[in-house]
Amino acid sequence: MSEFIQLVVAGLTTGSFYALVALGYTMVYGIVRLINFAHGDIFMVGAFIGWTVLTAVAASHMPWGIGLLLALILAMLLTGGIGVVIERFAYQPLLSAPPLSILITALGVSIALENGVLLIFGAGFNTYPHLIGSEGFMLGGAHITNIQVGIIVLSFLLMGGLYLFVHHTFIGTAMRALAVDRDAARLMGINVERVIQITFFLGSSLAAVAGVMEGLYYTEINFFMGFVVGLRAFTAAVLGGIGNIPGAMAGGLLIGLLEAFSAGYISSRWTDVIVFLVLIGTLVIKPTGLFGERVVERM
Amino acid sequence: MTLLNVEGLQVGYGKVEVLHGIGLTVGTGEIVALLGSNGAGKTTTLRTLSGLEPARGGKVMLDGQAITNLPAHKIAALGLAHVPERRRLFAPLTVEENLKLGGYLIRNQQAELKRRIDAMYVLFPRLLERRLQLAGTLSGGEQQMVAIARALILQPKLLVLDEPSMGLAPLVVRSIFAIIKRLRDQGMGILLVEQNARQTLKIADRAYVLENGGIMLEGDAATLAQDRRVQAAYLGGAAAA
Ligand SMILES: Nc1ncnc2c1ncn2[C@@H]1O[C@H](COP(=O)(O)OP(=O)(O)OP(=O)(O)O)[C@@H](O)[C@H]1O
Ligand SMILES: [Mg+2]
Repeated sequence: MSEFIQLVVAGLTTGSFYALVALGYTMVYGIVRLINFAHGDIFMVGAFIGWTVLTAVAASHMPWGIGLLLALILAMLLTGGIGVVIERFAYQPLLSAPPLSILITALGVSIALENGVLLIFGAGFNTYPHLIGSEGFMLGGAHITNIQVGIIVLSFLLMGGLYLFVHHTFIGTAMRALAVDRDAARLMGINVERVIQITFFLGSSLAAVAGVMEGLYYTEINFFMGFVVGLRAFTAAVLGGIGNIPGAMAGGLLIGLLEAFSAGYISSRWTDVIVFLVLIGTLVIKPTGLFGERVVERM
Repeated sequence: MTLLNVEGLQVGYGKVEVLHGIGLTVGTGEIVALLGSNGAGKTTTLRTLSGLEPARGGKVMLDGQAITNLPAHKIAALGLAHVPERRRLFAPLTVEENLKLGGYLIRNQQAELKRRIDAMYVLFPRLLERRLQLAGTLSGGEQQMVAIARALILQPKLLVLDEPSMGLAPLVVRSIFAIIKRLRDQGMGILLVEQNARQTLKIADRAYVLENGGIMLEGDAATLAQDRRVQAAYLGGAAAA
């Protein structure tokens, strides 16, 4: 029982990263039909921005709580901004081009981001400062760390906030409208390009939060970390029904649990195989995903 | 007063030119019909006016201002509203969300927007009972009401409608045409694309006939209704008088 609880909490923690990253894939796909294969690297860039801020904070006398908040906010803003720049210069000129051109561009962006970080930060592992210790508490015989709780709570708050944004603000409603019918959205006076930029900003900043969390949780980051997380988060988005926001959240948590349980009961060496089988299985058996019923109900 | 002035408008898709330089005008408080057979280029004309298709030549003036090839959202802001072919509602959104999106450009004036949405519920009482229903689940007639209401929220100077009667029962068509007339009487300019030439020429003030990408005939609606070529092509032959 204690092992089970341990695995559930570990699964929800990593599932939170996947869910936050999966949201970026799904929102962008929902409104521009583009699989942004550079999104995993956006997550990685967020982790590095967070690392830069936290390293500076650790060297100063700033209380760690404020430093952490600063790191999260700066990582969100800067990574969001990078997402917008990528959209503007790499994707926007291609929005009516054949899907293959966009796919190749996305791979190019991915390579550029990885090599950019490689140049600036080097190829080794960068260690996140130990601002938060591994203290925790016992729950049903399992040791739960404060950082796990913090990650899960913050992720749920962000996901709840995103849901409210998409359903109860004008920009969010415009996003849903434009996912359904871009021309009709234009006729309503919606500046579609602007709303697409906002979507990239939101998706990238959520990925940045996940990147900082991953750094805090696993303590080490490197320029290649976006690949595995990107693949798992993409699988989560497909599992939940690509384009479907609650689906991406649920898909992320499911993949996290799957990862924890396969590591706990089988072997962590099999995790990637299992995740890959889920991806292929979903695409073959139910390409619309667990929650994607009709195509119109994308967001 | 001339509200819309189109001159030498050329539009195409890929290598094919669909409109070969057409001209038309719409004044305030006037219903102008644009008739033509399938594939004549009516929808293309309207989509170009509202900025959804780029013009390759010619110019479009709205209320004295050039709007040729402006982005669609700017044209909407300048007072041209377009009710598109097949309505194009946001099906998974509620009726009220559809209407709110019609007021996207005045989203910061909440009280005013609410007042205008309420005015639409007065104009189309059926929509009030269905305000929280998903737009995609409405009947065809109700959907057309949402499409028109959504276009009226910004109180446009010019309303262009693409086959609003498509697929609707005669009674519903009559009530929609009655509303179009009422808008005209309030001073709005209306450009109406229709297949149903007989009924359209009855409510229109003037009309243009578009064939093969050019304006073939134009004139008074009443005169055109008597025109032998129009009768043969659109009014079911000489029997119609
Ligand atoms: N997106 C497009 N790509 C290529 N060709 C198009 C496109 N849209 C329209 N066309 C072509 O342009 C011509 C005019 O089409 P349009 O839809 O404007 O006609 P219409 O008068 O509205 O016809 P209908 O009465 O059937 O609605 C047609 O030959 C059509 O095939
Ligand atoms: Mg048409």
